[in-house]
Amino acid sequence: MSFMKSFAIGTVATLMATAAFAECEIASGNVNVLANDFPALKAVTAAAAECTGGVTVSANHNKDFRNITVQALTANPAEYTAVVVANSSIVPLLNEGLLRPLDDLVAKHGQGLSKNQLITIDGKIMAIAFMANAQHLFVRQDVLDQIGKPVPATWEEVVETGKAIKDAGIMDHPFAFLSMSDWNLGEEFVNMYLGHGGEFFKPGTAEPAINNETGVATLNMMKDLVSLSNPDFLTYNTATVVPIWKSGDLAIAQLWGSSGGELLAGEGAAEGVAENTVLASAPTVAGGDTPASTLWWDGFTIAKNISDEDAEATFIAMMNGISPAMVEANNDAAVWLMDAYNPGPAATGVAATATGGAEPYPMLPYMGLLHQAFFEELPDFLQGNESAEQTLADIEAAYIAAAKEAGYL
Amino acid sequence: MKHRTFFWFILPSLAAMILFIALPTVSVAIQSLFVEHEQVMVEVENCGPFKCETVLQVDNEATAALQEDAPLGRFNGLGTYTNRKHLAFEQVGVAWNETESLGAFLSELLNLPFYKALIFTLTFTFVVTPFVIVLGLGVALAVNTVPRLFKGPTIFVSLLPMIVTPLVGALIIFWMVDADGVIGATLQRIFNNPNLSLKASMPLTWIMLIVYGIWSSTPFSFIVFYAGLQTVPKETLEAAKIDGASRWQAIRYVVVPYMMPLVVFITLMQLMDNFRVLEPIVAFQASAKATSLSWIIYNDLRGGDIPQFGSAGATSILTIIGVAILLTPVLIRTWRDFNRKRA
Amino acid sequence: MSTSVADRKSKGLIWFTTSFVVLWVFIAAGPFLWTVWGSFKVQPDFFSKSDWTNAIYGVMTKAETGSAFTGAGYYGAWVEQEFWRNSINTAIVVFFTVLISLTLGTLGGYALARSGYRYAFWLLMIALVFRAMPHATLVSGYLLPFFEWNIWGRLSTTIIVLVAINQPFTLWMLHSFFLNIPKDMDESAMVDGCTRFQAFRYVIIPVMWPGVITTGLFSFLLAYNDFTIGAVLLNSENQTMVPKIASFLGTVRETGDVMFAVAAAVSALVPLFFLILFFQRQIVSGLTAGAVKG
Repeated sequence: MSFMKSFAIGTVATLMATAAFAECEIASGNVNVLANDFPALKAVTAAAAECTGGVTVSANHNKDFRNITVQALTANPAEYTAVVVANSSIVPLLNEGLLRPLDDLVAKHGQGLSKNQLITIDGKIMAIAFMANAQHLFVRQDVLDQIGKPVPATWEEVVETGKAIKDAGIMDHPFAFLSMSDWNLGEEFVNMYLGHGGEFFKPGTAEPAINNETGVATLNMMKDLVSLSNPDFLTYNTATVVPIWKSGDLAIAQLWGSSGGELLAGEGAAEGVAENTVLASAPTVAGGDTPASTLWWDGFTIAKNISDEDAEATFIAMMNGISPAMVEANNDAAVWLMDAYNPGPAATGVAATATGGAEPYPMLPYMGLLHQAFFEELPDFLQGNESAEQTLADIEAAYIAAAKEAGYL
Repeated sequence: MKHRTFFWFILPSLAAMILFIALPTVSVAIQSLFVEHEQVMVEVENCGPFKCETVLQVDNEATAALQEDAPLGRFNGLGTYTNRKHLAFEQVGVAWNETESLGAFLSELLNLPFYKALIFTLTFTFVVTPFVIVLGLGVALAVNTVPRLFKGPTIFVSLLPMIVTPLVGALIIFWMVDADGVIGATLQRIFNNPNLSLKASMPLTWIMLIVYGIWSSTPFSFIVFYAGLQTVPKETLEAAKIDGASRWQAIRYVVVPYMMPLVVFITLMQLMDNFRVLEPIVAFQASAKATSLSWIIYNDLRGGDIPQFGSAGATSILTIIGVAILLTPVLIRTWRDFNRKRA
Repeated sequence: MSTSVADRKSKGLIWFTTSFVVLWVFIAAGPFLWTVWGSFKVQPDFFSKSDWTNAIYGVMTKAETGSAFTGAGYYGAWVEQEFWRNSINTAIVVFFTVLISLTLGTLGGYALARSGYRYAFWLLMIALVFRAMPHATLVSGYLLPFFEWNIWGRLSTTIIVLVAINQPFTLWMLHSFFLNIPKDMDESAMVDGCTRFQAFRYVIIPVMWPGVITTGLFSFLLAYNDFTIGAVLLNSENQTMVPKIASFLGTVRETGDVMFAVAAAVSALVPLFFLILFFQRQIVSGLTAGAVKG
């Protein structure tokens, strides 16, 4: 057991060994957590593994965790007692009914939780959210000062400012967003389409409703933006754009809030870049009043196919994982939803986007299929191979084929 | 060999293959004839950290009841194979009827994901395979002339492209061909075009993928040919030379025919592996310019939040059929050899 | 051969082959020398956006660490991220995959080579066609049964899957190799009263090593470089090297530690280096004996 524990805790625990955690005693039970692989989540599982007593706590961090969640929880007993999910990755688990309602456990052990951490579906608590994320604007104040423009508040201003920077000869490609032709590009379309006030589906059905003027406007805005971006834009994901930003070759970018800490710290950045990096809300578009971005949460869920004892042990351990002590020790690792969180400068962009009223990413059973149709078909339009209407029609056709197979249409 | 002896010798190997390849393949094939049950939806109110909203959600109990009745789902026949994501009979028919010229028809065809992927897959397969064979033979012939002292290190170096993890090998090369990387920047200088980017243009991306494919597969054919060269009977070669054959003629008429069985083996393996090209497309993040059948499968299974098993299964079966067609000439040849040996 | 008059090479030909070999060595090894050199730099140098020559001179490395070389990538991968755990896992997986693959493959390949019945041919062909099944699809199919039988995540499960997936290739290669061992050898032993298995054990096994070693090398490379299977079938405790390297590369929302990945990949090459040098002679002599004459 002690071996399991020390492995699960890994390096994070050694870094945090000095941080004092609240006592967590669990008499018995088996806790096994499946989660994505990044530092903030490792901090949570490491804190959960602090629990002592007869309990075993282990964690599996895997960046491909999405591929195994459904099968892992379908088995009885489930391989994992808890899965850390986000708005989109919870959907397949909900579709298959593999999650345990948490109302009784929250009533018994969830005193420290605030109302907004409870993800309720049809009145039942299905997940406990603990961190938030959103894409928002990053700008270089020194470059904006050079051309005498303020931080853009709308996407139209982004285009205008970008053109001004280009015309002033400061940079050839002043703008970047996460436009890689995979899940990333679909997310950019979702953001921009929601910013235009669009609806993805006909009300009350799973039928797509994106082949309209809003869709065309969204595509045209995206095309304006990619014309300000490097021609390689279809290969741009977080891992590509963050180093470019650090090298000082970008003036405006739309990136995940979770990149904020790294960019403000400026390790490995060119001189003057980190100091001038400003985090701002995601802009609005087309006269809308909500930022064109989607809000994301990460939270833990508990498997249905496990014993009550294990479920309770898991809940207590995960509550310890998101305890105030963990937040204090890792304050800047993420935008935490817990009261103990003290928002630092890296959180300003996400906070501004959330208070601006951005929409949460739609937690619909068939949204994933539409998202996939977006990024499969969009590159044709962005590369100028076909018209906006043709692309939108292709997206709908691709989605309908997939949704029919999955039984939604 | 007696049937019974044969059976016991082959049993462990056969059991492993049946259990882990044949059975899953058959189950994939069966599953691809079905689509999922109609999902029973209910309107519910969902609340999160940001707001509450009324949305549709799958009614688990009602859907589970349907599932109970027919665990495989709804029978769809070949419906999945003929839908837009695969062979797209309907769309192809419409395009055939409505387009005026062959060019317009082809461009409609290439707008369909399966055909788009098929074109690249076939191009890749038929360009890379011959290059790998010719280049591998060339390298083997050249390395064979290297002085004994340098032979060992040369062979090791020649194997490098094959033995390094494709994940990292492709990542490094992807970086080198970046507009700011060493190869990309050098090309920009050679062509005197500061905007040249291998990642931004479709033809250049195809060339890049093909060159990577040749580079990473050549060692395989090299090592096989090199070993084969050691077995070419010296007497035959010398006899040819005494008869006045030039070096080139000796290679053409003695070495190459002797290596034909190796060529068949390499062709077989290369056709198969190149037809399943996936890693370079993923590592070079090239899916906007080039997709392959394997990439479609990968994307159905891993691309989004909801894996599409039925669709991936149908594409997998189509891939197997494609490989079988490609291999037919080689198989016929092997069949003849086999029968000759028996006789 | 060098004694033959006709074999004397012209100067032009020597020039041509020499420069061809040099060019090939440069193309084959260039990216790796670049990687090895770059693995001792910091990320802003090796993946420099401002000037690729930084990767050679290490401008940012000097600015950050005070020296043109840094072992930070190696330290991060091996000490901070405990990459050694993954290398132990890989060692176990590779050892058993090669061992089991070859054991099953030798028996099966021998039977196929000596059968002479039509079904042997068809078996070989069907195995070959099944080899075309994309691994990603196969692996997705394994998941649910593996979870239900509670065998998911273990090294042993991954080993068996790797063995099975590689069987068609192994069988094909070994079968062609056995075809080249004269039939008379084992058949005369059987005339002398040996059973088929005894003939195999005492006559064939002693002469089959070159072919087996060559096939083993290909099995080794498959298991060593496997990503598709290990990434989905192993839990993080049992993760092998390549999926771990992939995890250094970051996720959708987070940048990773690319230099850890580079350092880890270079380290992963070291055992291969020794392996190839050690087995080089066997590989060549193994193929010489006709391992792949189909």
